[in-house]
Amino acid sequence: MFMEKVIEIKHLRKSFGKNDVLTDINMELHRGENIAVLGKSGTGKSVMIKCIVRLIEADAGEISVKGQNITELDIESLNEMRKKVGYLFQGGALYDSMTVRENLEFPVRRTQMFRNKAEMKDLVEEALDHVGLLDAINKMPSELSGGMKKRIGLARTLILKPEIILYDEPTTGLDPVTSGEISELIVHVREKYNTSSIIITHDMKCARMTADKLKLMADGKFYVEGTFQELSESDNQEVRAYFT
Amino acid sequence: MKFTTKIPAPLETFFSEVGDILLFTGQVIWQFLTSPFEYRELVRQGYYIGNKTLPLIAVTAFIMGLVLTLQSRPVLVEFGAQSLLPGMISVSIVREIGPVITALLCAGKVSSGIGAELGAMKVTEQLDAMEVSGVKPLNYVVATRVLASTMLIPLLVVIADAIGILGSFFAVTMSEKISLTLFLSQAFDTLSFSDIIPATVKTFFFGFFIGLIGSYKGYNTQRGTESVGQAANSAVVTASLVIFIIDLLAVQLTQLIDGT
Repeated sequence: MFMEKVIEIKHLRKSFGKNDVLTDINMELHRGENIAVLGKSGTGKSVMIKCIVRLIEADAGEISVKGQNITELDIESLNEMRKKVGYLFQGGALYDSMTVRENLEFPVRRTQMFRNKAEMKDLVEEALDHVGLLDAINKMPSELSGGMKKRIGLARTLILKPEIILYDEPTTGLDPVTSGEISELIVHVREKYNTSSIIITHDMKCARMTADKLKLMADGKFYVEGTFQELSESDNQEVRAYFT
Repeated sequence: MKFTTKIPAPLETFFSEVGDILLFTGQVIWQFLTSPFEYRELVRQGYYIGNKTLPLIAVTAFIMGLVLTLQSRPVLVEFGAQSLLPGMISVSIVREIGPVITALLCAGKVSSGIGAELGAMKVTEQLDAMEVSGVKPLNYVVATRVLASTMLIPLLVVIADAIGILGSFFAVTMSEKISLTLFLSQAFDTLSFSDIIPATVKTFFFGFFIGLIGSYKGYNTQRGTESVGQAANSAVVTASLVIFIIDLLAVQLTQLIDGT
């Protein structure tokens, strides 16, 4: 079903001091595919996706994004590559000192050729409309709820038209209704932009709704993968524990 | 024969931090020289630094000049040397008290503010968000704050000096009749270039390190909200210490140049 590899990770390792967080991570993400990564807290899920965009430097292993080994890129090439990879942070990571509009304009101004005011306005409004928060355009982040911050964070990610999106616990800390809305938004983003995504989550409902495949992590590596259906019917009690 | 000496842990931490600060300084200076430079953000930061500290500095400088005069005058009167008062006060304020007190106030207000702001940005992953969207936080967030602080603090010192001398004039007028023109004339007659130039030059260094240390502490905040407070606190302590070290070096250097 999925052909083109957009991310390929081979034997990724990362330690912090004596703490081996990632011991041997291997995975492939294909164009248009959504993979959910599950695991207990502190197993290194977020560290793994931070290694993909080199927010954290890997100790060993190979990470290819769209065929480029990102561990070998210089800073300019890395920044070019980063434009293709969107990242939704746990808390949205909106810039406190800027309005919602400025938050969305910021990455566009800094990474793309100059756009005129009308073009920029259309771009911002389209992205906000897409996440259903056009009326929050002039608000400050402090005036937004947790769910709204995540949606605006997603709009800021989408405005650069990324081919890959990394979601770091997109529904954590939200009520079930808002979590459901965010999960629907993730599905909708893939349909509209044909993005590929890695979704770090503890929310099984989110994983079921958004992912084609689930990967379970423990001791710094993936120990099982499959569809939601397959894993929920697994003979392994530890795996089934996630679904009860 | 093999000689190995283990460096004590606190010393190792100290040298490690000094090394990190030097590396950070080099990276920040490199950002001054590379494009794109964030002029809008520089102006915004300059406005915040000036706007945040000017009222505090104005009040402190006025009181400083007033108190210094009130304390010094009785001694000078005893020797019949009260006419030397304006000159003595102006030299004290311009050479030492104005720059150091202003820098210390800015360490408390600006350096801690930058430390807390950048620390909060780090903890809430705003700096990471910039980085993944291809924006260099060192360029956008740090270089602008350091440059704004380097440019604004000398200006604040000049204002503090002027207000301090004005405060001194008010203290003198409490006990004797003297015109502002005569007071200023006596005050500036005593000042020479060797008083003004080194005192002004050192304020640029004060400004640079106040911005740099605040940024360094904030930028290297560990995860967790507690560390934001620690970054702000540590920024004030370190910046204050560095101000005194720069002041000491400036005095030594001035004396070396003057041959005194």
